[in-house]
Amino acid sequence: MTEIAFMLTDPLMQRALLAALLVGAAAPVVGTYLVQRRLALLGDGIGHVALTGVALGWLIGSAMGLAPNDVLAIPGAVVAAVIGSVLIEVVRRRGRTSGDLALAIMFYGGIAGGVLIIGIAGGSSGSLMSYLFGSISTVTTTDLVLTVVLCLLILVLGVGLRPALFSVSHDEEFAISSGLPVWALNMAVAVLAALTVTVAMRVVGLLLVSALMIVPVAIGQLVTHSFRRTMAVGSVTGVAVCVTGLSITYWYPLSPGALIVVLAIGVYALVAGLHPLLARRRPAGDPHPDIPDDVQVAARTSAQGDCE
Amino acid sequence: MTAPAIDVRDLHVHLGASHVLRGVDLRVDPGEVVALLGANGSGKSTLVRTVVGVLEPTRGEVDLLGHRRGSDVPWDRIGYVPQRVSAAAGVPSTAAEVVASGLLHRGRLTLPRGWRRQAREALAQVGLADRADDATNRLSGGQQQRVLIARALVRSPEVLVLDEPVAGVDRPSQEAFAATMARLVDDGLTVLVVLHELGELAGLISRAVVLRHGRVVHDGAPPRPHGEHGTEGHEHIHPHTSEVPAVSGSGLGLTDTPFESEQEARP
Repeated sequence: MTEIAFMLTDPLMQRALLAALLVGAAAPVVGTYLVQRRLALLGDGIGHVALTGVALGWLIGSAMGLAPNDVLAIPGAVVAAVIGSVLIEVVRRRGRTSGDLALAIMFYGGIAGGVLIIGIAGGSSGSLMSYLFGSISTVTTTDLVLTVVLCLLILVLGVGLRPALFSVSHDEEFAISSGLPVWALNMAVAVLAALTVTVAMRVVGLLLVSALMIVPVAIGQLVTHSFRRTMAVGSVTGVAVCVTGLSITYWYPLSPGALIVVLAIGVYALVAGLHPLLARRRPAGDPHPDIPDDVQVAARTSAQGDCE
Repeated sequence: MTAPAIDVRDLHVHLGASHVLRGVDLRVDPGEVVALLGANGSGKSTLVRTVVGVLEPTRGEVDLLGHRRGSDVPWDRIGYVPQRVSAAAGVPSTAAEVVASGLLHRGRLTLPRGWRRQAREALAQVGLADRADDATNRLSGGQQQRVLIARALVRSPEVLVLDEPVAGVDRPSQEAFAATMARLVDDGLTVLVVLHELGELAGLISRAVVLRHGRVVHDGAPPRPHGEHGTEGHEHIHPHTSEVPAVSGSGLGLTDTPFESEQEARP
């Protein structure tokens, strides 16, 4: 008990916990839209592109001789992620098969470019690792302010515009026929995804960003069949695993990002395992018991007999 | 004199390289129920998708409720029921949530107060009042189609545009749909409906427009089904599904089999 009180009075831990709490709540909100659009892996792609942004921010920072030379890393990641995300949306819109390749090249370019530029800027492999796998225990006050502002923006837009974003993600053709600003709403999802990647970067790292957006949503889907509740369950689960994971690393020397993701997957496995036991029993076999059967199987079997 | 609900003049639409609509004129006056008929690929879906703003015309004009197609059109007075797409989206959603998205339009990006009640009422109109909180992907194909109709009705439209609303729909849903339409038409709803056969709706149709290769070839009284197609209890089975044995007698047939999966050329 006293140890928990001790942890909560540690200013370093206070900052980290606040960041983890907000990111845990915000990431699944955006993840819900990505899963609905079948773009569960989009976050990964944006994460790859964001690495180049981190590296460029770093390069500019050290060229300008700024005090910690990675002070521009997060702003750089925000800019690169937003540009990358908008480009992905544009390519997706065109719907050409070559778009698939274009995206792949963009993603690999993002990682490779990032690694090269960080090296040129004088970064070590340790600093590279902190972006790839998270560095929540070293959150500075500046980082925290940026994280809080971006998370609140994501939560306000992601939850506030839910009906419109749901409509566009669910049936774009209908949304167009309703006169909804479909282009702007699609761009909003793309930009929200980009911002989420950059705030989640501090907590779980660019390579695991997608997990924090997607796995809580997968858990939500198991326990409810409403869009609104899937998002709510995802968000609560996100907060729970982020705060728990981070707290554990206060006592055990583990990587917080990896632990958070493993915890989330563990919860998913647990819920998925218990699901058949908890689910309401449905009449076996016929999923639509109130619909009369209108296909007579007997006629079919005799027809098959004729074929032989 | 009131403006026509839908007024299409010399409409040309290209989808990719193909010239799908080649100068279509179509006028639907308030209170009319117009069926749009034609073979696969004749441009029926392209025409209604252009009317509701999904596709861009290459040439020609589309006026809706007296406004040139675009941001001036009061889209909240028009209900559109697209051809049923696979309802299994990535994240589950309840019937009420899907229907509620019909309450949004240009200038309203958030749900109004009392959206649940409105969604429930719209679902009641299509006979699914008790399914409001069910996941859409657990409903049958016909019920999913009725959810999409409820989504168009929830905004109390003056004009309803439907694209093959009964294709691949089970018999109880077809009957529920016809009954709903009869009631709405009595209340003065204007309807443009793409159909493959008049079926249960035959009694409601005031005019039929037939498209062939992107041109209007008939505009007038609904065509009478000829030969045995007109007889009571006839099951319409398409040539390409004829290898499936037709089941006759006792009014049962392969009504849950989609008549076809119409995939008109898409861009």
